[in-house]
Amino acid sequence: MLAKICRFFWFNLFIRPLVFLYLGVNIRRRNLLPRQGPAILVANHNSHLDTMLLMISCPSSLFPVLRPVAAADYFLATKVRAWFSTNVLNIVPIWRNKEDRGENSDPLAPIDQALDEGSAVIFFPEGSRGEPEQMTDFKRGIAILASRHPDVPIVPIFLQGAGRALPKGEGMVVPFLLDMFVGEHLYWGGDEKEFMERLRRRFETLSREGYRPQWE
Amino acid sequence: MNFDVAAAEAVANPVVLWALASLFLILVVATIIVNYLHSRGGSGEFDEVVQRLRTWWIIVLLLSSAILLSSGASLVFFALISFLGLKEFLTLAPTRRADRDVLFYLYLAIPVQYLWAALEWYGMFIIFVPVYLFLFVPLRMVLSGNTKNFLKAAGILHWGVMTTVFSISHLGFLLMLPAGRNPHGDGPAMVLFLIILTQLNDVAQYLWGKALGSRRVVPNVSPNKTWEGLVGGVVTTTLLATVLSHWMTPLLLWQGAIAGLGIGLFGFVGDVCVSAVKRDLGIKDTSQMLPGHGGILDRVDSLTYTAPLFFHFVYYTCY
Repeated sequence: MLAKICRFFWFNLFIRPLVFLYLGVNIRRRNLLPRQGPAILVANHNSHLDTMLLMISCPSSLFPVLRPVAAADYFLATKVRAWFSTNVLNIVPIWRNKEDRGENSDPLAPIDQALDEGSAVIFFPEGSRGEPEQMTDFKRGIAILASRHPDVPIVPIFLQGAGRALPKGEGMVVPFLLDMFVGEHLYWGGDEKEFMERLRRRFETLSREGYRPQWE
Repeated sequence: MNFDVAAAEAVANPVVLWALASLFLILVVATIIVNYLHSRGGSGEFDEVVQRLRTWWIIVLLLSSAILLSSGASLVFFALISFLGLKEFLTLAPTRRADRDVLFYLYLAIPVQYLWAALEWYGMFIIFVPVYLFLFVPLRMVLSGNTKNFLKAAGILHWGVMTTVFSISHLGFLLMLPAGRNPHGDGPAMVLFLIILTQLNDVAQYLWGKALGSRRVVPNVSPNKTWEGLVGGVVTTTLLATVLSHWMTPLLLWQGAIAGLGIGLFGFVGDVCVSAVKRDLGIKDTSQMLPGHGGILDRVDSLTYTAPLFFHFVYYTCY
């Protein structure tokens, strides 16, 4: 009950005004966002705001089953953060280091389970937020996920602006308009290299849609 | 300063009510014409015009609600325009990560600047941005110690805050001016006079240009702007301003004509200045916030010139 109340307040009274009024978002092709799970939302990652933006921009029918995949070593690190991540954000925790999860276990297993339960997951294939407003190469985890769930749509979403509004290591959110460009859905095609190349090209096309000023 | 009294005056001022009623009448007529053309045109020819008109309805509804509600509500409305404009500008313009703090202070300056207007503290209102904020920006930038692109970054921040905050806030101080020799030509009436003429001037220049335009004024900046459009628009605006100023401002007839001439000419200048910025950055619209128009800056570009110029003309001649 407490968790539900916190979740409601966090997203409706804090995140929504913060993102939609204080910052402002330009969403292109909102109709391509899935209305129900399972689905894999794939986005580039520069800021904690990315997850928040994706969670409140999706159709309300998706919200109850929408779960961000997050690194357990960070999001479950302290008791308070773990409670918040689990109950308010409803994350799918994954362990990045072998030592933490045991030698032979599969780091993506929790995501498989979530998808099998009908959840839509938010997945950042870069693995970490990295330098603000710079996209790094995607790791192969997304290809493995896709191969295991060939019928689940993969929704590419290009984000920009959040890295300027709240870069890694900063606490203050400065107003910047955010861009969110949704692309055509992708499916696993049978070959990892071909899939990764297709995904990379999809993001390249999306990123060229928007103007991006220099930021140093 | 008493917002309730101001509100009562605004509502009681028949000139303000007439102006707002006329604005809605224009919108109704325009909507009927555009819908007629749209239904006949078929192939999506007027789609953008329909969208633009729909956005105009929302803008006019918000503006008239604010004006009728109270001077406080109007100031909040104008401050919001400054906020959205500055946000658009700083999103488009190149900025430095080291200046994130400075950007935050610029946003913070918006409520402060409008507070001076609310308090009718003219001395502070007129120097706060061009003196204090002007000096504070480089001071704060120096403290971060990053000298790379220092001058360029400082220039960008100054230009942004001068146009979107200082210029636009003149609408706020204009609103607070008391009635002069014309009991109905008070602040709210003059604000409406300025906004209506500035926006009608844009429309008039566009329509005259569409109808007769061939010779380009500034082909490298804005290829659609023609001498025919400019002259037709300025003449239309001057005539309209001369007539309307008699009811809506304390200006004499000849002063009203000069005000109209200025709004026509400098509205054009504000428009092409924002066009030049967009061309410099290689973009078409400043954002997609206002469907059919583009961004806030695409809409208030002319006002960044006409608001301070009209304000100081009135302030010098009548106060």
